[in-house]
This record gives sequence, structure tokens and C-alpha cells, in this order.
Amino acid sequence: MAKFKGAIIVDIDRCKGCELCVGACPHDVIGMATEVNIKGYKYAFMAHPESCVGCANCAVVCPDGVITVYRKKIEN
Amino acid sequence: MKDEISEIVNVENLVYKKTPLMTDNILSYCPGCGHGTAHRITMEVLEELGIGENTIGIAPVGCSVLAYEFMNIDMQQAAHGRAPAVATGIKRTWPHKIVFTYQGDGDLAAIGTAETIHACNRGENIVIIFVNNGIYGMTGGQMAPTTLPGMKSSTSPYGRDVHIMGNPLKMTELVAELPGTRFVTRQAVHTPGNVRKAKRAIKKAFENQINFKEGVNFVEIVSNCNSGWKMTPVHSNEWMVENMFPFYPLGDIKVDGELVNK
Amino acid sequence: MGELKLMKGNEAIAEAAIRAGVDAYFGYPITPQSEVIEYLMAEKPYETTGMVVLQAESEIAAINMVYGAAASGKKVMTSSSSPGISLKQEGISYMAGAELPCLIANVVRGGPGLGTIQPSQADYFQATKGGGHGDYHLIVLAPASVQEMADFVSKGFDLAFKYRAPVMILSDGLIGQMMEKVILSEHTPRWTDEEIIKISPWATTGKPATRERNIITSLDLDSYRQEQHNIHLQKKYKEIRENEVEYEEYMCEDAEYLYVAYGSSARIAQKAIQLGRDKGIKAGLLRPITLYPFPSEAIRRLSQQVKGILSLELSAGQMIEDIRLSVDCQMKVEHFGRMGGVIHSPAEALQALEEKIIGG
Repeated sequence: MAKFKGAIIVDIDRCKGCELCVGACPHDVIGMATEVNIKGYKYAFMAHPESCVGCANCAVVCPDGVITVYRKKIEN
Repeated sequence: MKDEISEIVNVENLVYKKTPLMTDNILSYCPGCGHGTAHRITMEVLEELGIGENTIGIAPVGCSVLAYEFMNIDMQQAAHGRAPAVATGIKRTWPHKIVFTYQGDGDLAAIGTAETIHACNRGENIVIIFVNNGIYGMTGGQMAPTTLPGMKSSTSPYGRDVHIMGNPLKMTELVAELPGTRFVTRQAVHTPGNVRKAKRAIKKAFENQINFKEGVNFVEIVSNCNSGWKMTPVHSNEWMVENMFPFYPLGDIKVDGELVNK
Repeated sequence: MGELKLMKGNEAIAEAAIRAGVDAYFGYPITPQSEVIEYLMAEKPYETTGMVVLQAESEIAAINMVYGAAASGKKVMTSSSSPGISLKQEGISYMAGAELPCLIANVVRGGPGLGTIQPSQADYFQATKGGGHGDYHLIVLAPASVQEMADFVSKGFDLAFKYRAPVMILSDGLIGQMMEKVILSEHTPRWTDEEIIKISPWATTGKPATRERNIITSLDLDSYRQEQHNIHLQKKYKEIRENEVEYEEYMCEDAEYLYVAYGSSARIAQKAIQLGRDKGIKAGLLRPITLYPFPSEAIRRLSQQVKGILSLELSAGQMIEDIRLSVDCQMKVEHFGRMGGVIHSPAEALQALEEKIIGG
């Protein structure tokens, strides 16, 4: 099966720190930042970017639609 | 690691981004609220079906009263409970437009019960998206017709007593009995799998309307209300699965005018 | 020349709606105006002009169907009678706030509560002062004949679209139920989709890529913006007051006393004036055709030449307040009116003038 490398971009200032994406990620990529964004929410970020495969589960479940997902096929 | 990410993050590798049919306004919903997700998949469906320019949406009174700030299509805001009648007025005079209402449980199952029942009974060719979070969210967490037995709210502080305030109203099963409904389903948006399933259901609802398949397409979305239920977003979804789903089971109830026998 | 027919007032409204190119009528049965929807259902205008006729589950649903269609630029109307009009008040306030053009006919019956099915004029306050919540006014037209029931449909819609505002025809059971000759105008075709988009660019007709989305709402949680919106509405009402007052004078040239009366009471007042003149009593009538905007200046002008004014209303006296305000309470203004659906006779109207104004 072709291997994928993924990455997400979180619109940090629009994230409300609800953490639904954390549990939605099948590879535990996402963690919550220690600092807060402009609204005072701890925002989501790629704590383990190397594990991301770009499946978009996080973006699909995000109520505020702040996650953009990229994915690239990797020839191993 | 940094350069690896920048390598991935470019236009050809884009797999998911915000639909242009959602505006750039920051959503007014509480962190983790299912309304945002329900808005988003609805607008994604309109984009994928290419009908944004031909669709008119109706926002209710409730948390989603400001839906027109977030849905980038022509929108009307209806008096509390009256969205199905407003939709009827539009659809009857613009039969080729796509019309949908987006309502909460207080709006659709309390004050708007008559409008819901009769729009369904007339078989209006509209889509009704019904977000059921078992509470009146906008006004601060009061009991709704869909509040569960024993469930606390600001107007059932000791838990809903069914002997005094009756049992939760299963509006979706009710309207499924009416010949005027074509597609009746209950979905959720708390996990990626459920979101994808809910989006497919909403797409089917709009496809029925596009193809002039007569009858109301009724999509209930069981959702959380972490502020009203006084839980964290993650915990509210867990609580929803344990408490709301047994009473509001997910799945299609009626497809192409036929009740799905369980 | 239009077509001459003998019709009930209620039927005249229905026929006039078809001929005025109305897009939809949403109604609900209530005596004394059920003939409007019955006539429309029998005529099946959907097959000729494409006009939609739908019976709703309640007057509340009906007015909200009007809201949806009006907000999409269509020419739509509803009709009802007093208790039904009370149910519509929330919807009417929403439409005033959202600036939606539409026509609402109230064929008034005796109140309060279930009241009676006989005629009355006791909904004057509700119609002219705003029966719903918030600062708003309806343009209110008062027909006094079956001819005006027909004519005021297209007049009402012209005003509604000119000002982007709901308009009310305030009739009563007598005018709705009686039959008279009426000349019906030619058919005006319904607007095409393109015409609607041109006439009402604000309407929700589906957002093309070439414009921002249209939002029809009466809500604004920002109170400073909502205040600006209210200021805008008040400017509109001021413009209406300055430009749209309509009334009719009857035998006022040499009048020493004045009746002010609209609708069926105006017709009764005319007969009372004739009876009075036979006895040497010179009275005239000012008949408001628009109840809002109220013909205050005309009343003020006529008050300079008369010794007293009698407000003849099938009610406990409501328009009398606006008459007193028009003359700044500087002269004798009294009211007479039977209530509960009883209709005062011309003789009673004359006796009231003699007792309350001349003798008083």
C-alpha cells in the first residue's frame, strides 16, 4: 500500500480549543498548545507531525473548520 | 522535520480546506458545538452539488439564529418555529429553487410543532435539517421537548420529571409516519465516521430535492451542548453517546418514502 | 374599460388579486372572510396566471408563508378576520422589521376574544398603532365599497413595493359580505424571475457569484446598528405620512358639523347627513381612505369651519383619539358607535350628533 505523508495547518486564532480533533486523529498526532491564542484558547497543533498521514479526520470533525489538510504520496 | 512539512504543504497536496460556501465570520457557537460541524457539512454538500447559487436557506430562532452570518448563500431568518412555513412560502413560489430550513429542537419540536407536522404532511419539496441537542442553548440551557427523562436544565434543575413535563418528543419518528415525508434519517457529527455518514445523508436529502422527488427530506442531527450540559466538549460527546443515542437511535428511518423496518 | 360584475366584497379582493398579478395567497378559514380563499380555490388561478393558492394550518403559518415568499421578492398576500389577524401580529412585526412588501386584508368582526361574526371596526388601534411588538406602522387602507375592496389590492401592492413595507386593507364583515357592482381592471401579468430580481435586488432569489449574499432578517444583536435601522424605519414612516394621505370629503363645503368615519360607518354617516339636512342640520363627512397615514391636516382644516366633530365608529371609540390629536383637543370631538357586531343606523348617527355635539 503506498505510504502517505500528511500535514495540517491550524488557523490558530480561530481554534476554540475544544480538543475534538485530538481524539479523532488515528495516529495521535494532535496535541494542545501550552500557550493560548488571541481568544485565550489553547489551540491544537501537530505534536507528532511525523505520524500524520493526511487522513483529514481532524478537519472533518472540527466544528469551526480551522484545519486545512495536505497529503503527499511517498515512494518508499 | 520543518522542511519536510513545508514540502507537503502546497496546493497540489491539498486534500481538505474550508468550503467557500462558509463565510469567514468566526462562528458564534461554543467550543466543540455540533452546530458548526452541521453548518459546514451542509455547505460542503451544496458546494459539491453545485447548487449554492440556487439555494435559499432559512435560519430559526435559537443558537443557529445567526446561521446567515456563516452560510454564504441567500438566507432568511424566520420567527421562532415558523421556518417550515417560511420554506413553504418560498418553495411554492420558486419551485425550481432549492430550499432548506436549519432548526434546533426548541424551534422545531416545541413552538414549531404544527409548522413541522404540516409542512411534512403537505409533502413540501424541502430539506429540513434538525439539530437536536436536548436543550434550549441560546437562552441559557432550558429544558426542551427533547430533554431526556431526569436530565437537568435550568428549567428542570432537579431533572426532567416525565410525570409533570411529559416524555421527550421523538419528532423524527413522528414525521416518518406521514406520507408526505420521503427521506427521514437521524445522524450525528461527533466522530469523523459519523460526520461523513451525516454528510452523505444531507447530500441524499438535497439530491432528492434537486431531482424533484416529492416529499420532505428530514435529517435530524443529534448533537452536544457542552455549555448547557455543563461538560467539556469531549465529555459532552461521550455523554451524548451513552444517554442520547439510546433514546434517539441513529440511522435511516425512512428511505424513498418507505419506512425502514428495523 | 374593465369588466362589470356583481360581487361580494370578499370575492372582489380575490378576483382583484388574480388580475393584479399576485404570485401567491396563503390563507386560513375564518368567518366573515372565508369567501376569499374559497373563491381563489374555485378559480384555480394556478392554471391561468400561475398564482399559488394554499390553505395553511393556521393564520400563524399563513403569515410566515407570506414572509418567505415576500422575502424572495414575490407579490403575496393573506387575509383573515380579527382573531386570525391577532395571530398574525408577530409575523407582521417581523415583516415590518425586515421591510417586506406584502398585503394583509382584515375583514373585521366583533371582539374581543372570539367575539362575534358580525361586522365591527374595533381593530383600528391594532391596525394603525401596531398590534405587534416594536416601533412600526402598517400602511392601512379602509375600503368603503366592493369597488374599493377590488381597487385597494393593486393600490396596496404599489404602496407595499414603493416603501418595502407590509400594507393592510382594513375592511369589515359588512363590506366583505355585501354584494355590489364592481368594475374589475384588466389582467396584469405576474412578474418574471428577471423582473423580480430587478425590482427587488434585496430579495433572496439565490446568490449568484456576482453579488454578496442577501440576508432577510429583523434581528441585529448590535443595538447601535439596530437603532440605525429603527431610525431608517421612522424616516420611511415620515415619508409615508408626508406623501400617502388619502381621504374623501362629502358635503363639507357648507358644513357646520363634521362626521369623521371610514368604511361602512362612512356610508351610514352619509345617510345621516342627508337626514340631518332635511331638518336643516348642515353636517359633512370626512372619510379617511388611509387610516395610516391619518388625514390630520384635513381634519384640522375642516375643524376651523365647524362647531363640533362626531367620530362614528363601530367600536367603543378608537379613531376618536387621532381626531382629538389632529385638533389638539381644541374643539368638541365626541364618539358614537354600536359595538359587538350591532350596526348603528343613520337615524342613530344623526341623533348622536344632535345630542352629543349640537345639544351637548
